[in-house]
Order: sequence, then C-alpha cells, then structure tokens
Amino acid sequence: MYTQAMDVPNQQPEEKKPAAAVENADYQAEFDVKLARGEFIEAKDWMPEAYRKTLIRQISQHAHSEIVGMLPEGNWITRAPTLKRKSILLAKVQDEGGHGLYLYAAAETLGVSRDELIEALHSGKAKYSSIFNYPTLTWADIGVIGWLVDGAAIMNQIPLTRCSYGPYARAMVRICKEESFHQRQGFDLLLTMMRGNEEQRQMVQDATNRWWWPSLMMFGPHDTESQHGEQSSKWGIKRISNDDLRQKFVDATVPQAKVLGVTIPDPDLNWNEQRGHYDHGKIDWVEFWNVVNGNGQCNKERLEQRVKAWEDGAWVREAALAHARKQTTA
Amino acid sequence: MERKEWPLWEVFIRNRNGLDHKHCGSVHAPDARLALQAARDVYTRRQEGVSIWVVQADHIVASDPDAKPEMFDPAEDKIYRHPTFYKLPDDVDHM
Repeated sequence: MYTQAMDVPNQQPEEKKPAAAVENADYQAEFDVKLARGEFIEAKDWMPEAYRKTLIRQISQHAHSEIVGMLPEGNWITRAPTLKRKSILLAKVQDEGGHGLYLYAAAETLGVSRDELIEALHSGKAKYSSIFNYPTLTWADIGVIGWLVDGAAIMNQIPLTRCSYGPYARAMVRICKEESFHQRQGFDLLLTMMRGNEEQRQMVQDATNRWWWPSLMMFGPHDTESQHGEQSSKWGIKRISNDDLRQKFVDATVPQAKVLGVTIPDPDLNWNEQRGHYDHGKIDWVEFWNVVNGNGQCNKERLEQRVKAWEDGAWVREAALAHARKQTTA
Repeated sequence: MERKEWPLWEVFIRNRNGLDHKHCGSVHAPDARLALQAARDVYTRRQEGVSIWVVQADHIVASDPDAKPEMFDPAEDKIYRHPTFYKLPDDVDHM
C-alpha cells in the first residue's frame, strides 16, 4: 500500500516552489478534474488538506474497528462447541487482524505513523465502530455477528472498493473478498443451531433480538443528521448514503431471517408495496449516541484490553528491534 | 530520538509461477526475516502466493508525481510506436 516513506529524488527545496496559494489553486483544479473523471487519487498526489484529514479519520476508525472487533469474538475461541467451529472462528478472527493491518497501512500512506494511530485509539481520541461495545453472551452471538454485523459491514464496504483514494479502495477489495466467508459461516452456524433443539433455537432468537438494532445503527445517523455525508460524497469517499445502505441491508436480511426461522424484533417491519422496500421502525438514537460517547456496556473493557495487549507486548517489540540493530552492526 | 516503531516494508507477491511479483501491500517488521513472516501471515492466508519479496520502504525510489507531465507526456504523440498506426492493404492487414 504505497508508502509515504518512499524517497523522491531531486525534490525541489520548499523555498523554490511558487507561493502556496497560487500553487494550491492549480493543484485543486487538477484534483477536481481527476475526481470528476472518476480517476483515483494516489498516495503522493496533491490533495486538499481536508480530504487527507477526512481519509485519515475514516480509514483509521475503520482499522481500529477491525482490531477491536477481534475482542468480542476472540472471547469465544476457547469455548467453540466443535473443533471445526473453533478452526473457523480462529480463521475469522485472524482475518479481522489482517483487515486492520491493510487499513492501517492505507492510512499510513497519508503521512500519519502507525504509532500515532494506535496512540489515538488508546487515548480515546479516535473512535471505532460502536457495535463492538456490545457483549457476546452466548455461542449464538458468534453466528449473529457473522450474519448481521458482518452483513451490515459488507453493505458499507462494497461501495468503498470504488472510493476515490486508491490505497483505501485496494485495501477494501481485499477485505470484501474475505468478508463474504465471515457472513456465510455465521449463517451456517445459525442454521445448524436452528436445526437443533428448542433451547438452541431460543438462543438464536435471543441473539437476533439483541443484535438487530445495533446492526441497523452501524450505518450511522440518518442522512439528514449526518455530519460528514455531503462532503464525503463530493470527494468520492462515500458513494451511497447511510439511509440507502441501511435500506439495502434490511431488504436483503428480512428474507434471510425467514429462511432461518427467526423473528426480527421490529413490530413495524412491513413490506411497502409502493416503495418496493421494507419499512422499519424507529431507531433508538439516544442509545446509539450513548454508546458512541463511551457509555456502552463494554466500551471500558474493550479499550482496557487493547491497551493491555499493546503494553504487554512492548518488550517483544523492543527486543526485536534491538536484535535487528545488533545484526546490522555485527 | 529512539525509534520505537518497526520499519515499513513493501510486499510483492507472485500468485503463481508464470506471473510477475506484484505489489500487494505493506507490513511493519524489525528485520527482513520477520517481514517475510508477517507478509506470509497477512497476505497469503488463502494461497494467494508461491513467492514473496519484501523491500524496505525507504529503499524504494519513486518518480515525483509533480513531474508526471515531463516524465510521461512525451510518449503521447508518438503514435507511430503502435502497430495500429500503419494502415496496410486488407490482404496483408493481419500482419
């Protein structure tokens, strides 16, 4: 994911470059033309500072979400009911780690260091997806996370494979290819449980009840309330609006719930013949903002676990560097 | 200042024999051996490769994006370098 560290030879010293304002106007025009033509922006290309900042914010939040997302599922690896399910869950959690790494690397091409990104997560300055602040109470939660949470993530992520920033788009192509396995294994897990006994079916229903609304919240505030939507769509970072993506998700998921034999916990969920879409009930935005602002059930625990893992691993990182230094000087 | 962060490496993977190594991403690692190991774990979990190259990122020299016009535009008007420039009689046009 082309790096900011690449050396460009014979760079003009800064003072020889023409006055910044004039230069920026030209560059801005060129940038706008590229976006209008649907061309990609690459790491070393000129870009407006606000575009760069928006991307760093979005890509790093996305990376943090992948990494923190390993925690609620990792919680069940040792308790998976069979060796097959354990292997699958291990592979999935490993994928999430990989996704985090692709995305951190994409963010780093914008001139921010990995250490700065991690520091922003650990200090609470950077956000991650609120969905991971809900607890995974039973094995059925692992299935429902794959089905609903990864299903919602895929809806969000597919349009990002066409976003205007090349390194981000390429990372998303890799991620989307792998996410499909995540959603399918979740559905497969739930199908197996639904074919089991009444208690297992109850577990699936209970997990669906708890994860349905938080999954709808994953698409973010309504378009009329969204802080970043309009500018991001002008920049080709966001191609489809929050509400449109949420609608696509609901439309795709309702028939899946029927196949599974679970009830979606929304009495207002109805097919709207006129719109050709499902209508759904009101989302509890008070709960959403409460979790975003740090007061969800697991916010504190997740961050503490992340920071602890980072600090506990510090001696390994330092030892590896010391060893490498010794090898080069020997 | 003591550098705490592991250096960055660019990763190139050959999907299968007969194809070029292609850039696929980057990893942080303290040395070449661990960079290869990390590249394997991060980029070949689904048999995407049969060979990996890692190159320390600051060893790569790249062309300046600002110099794109003088670097690449001169090729634009040399259309006689393409076979389609030459209109040949139908009888021999498959040449």
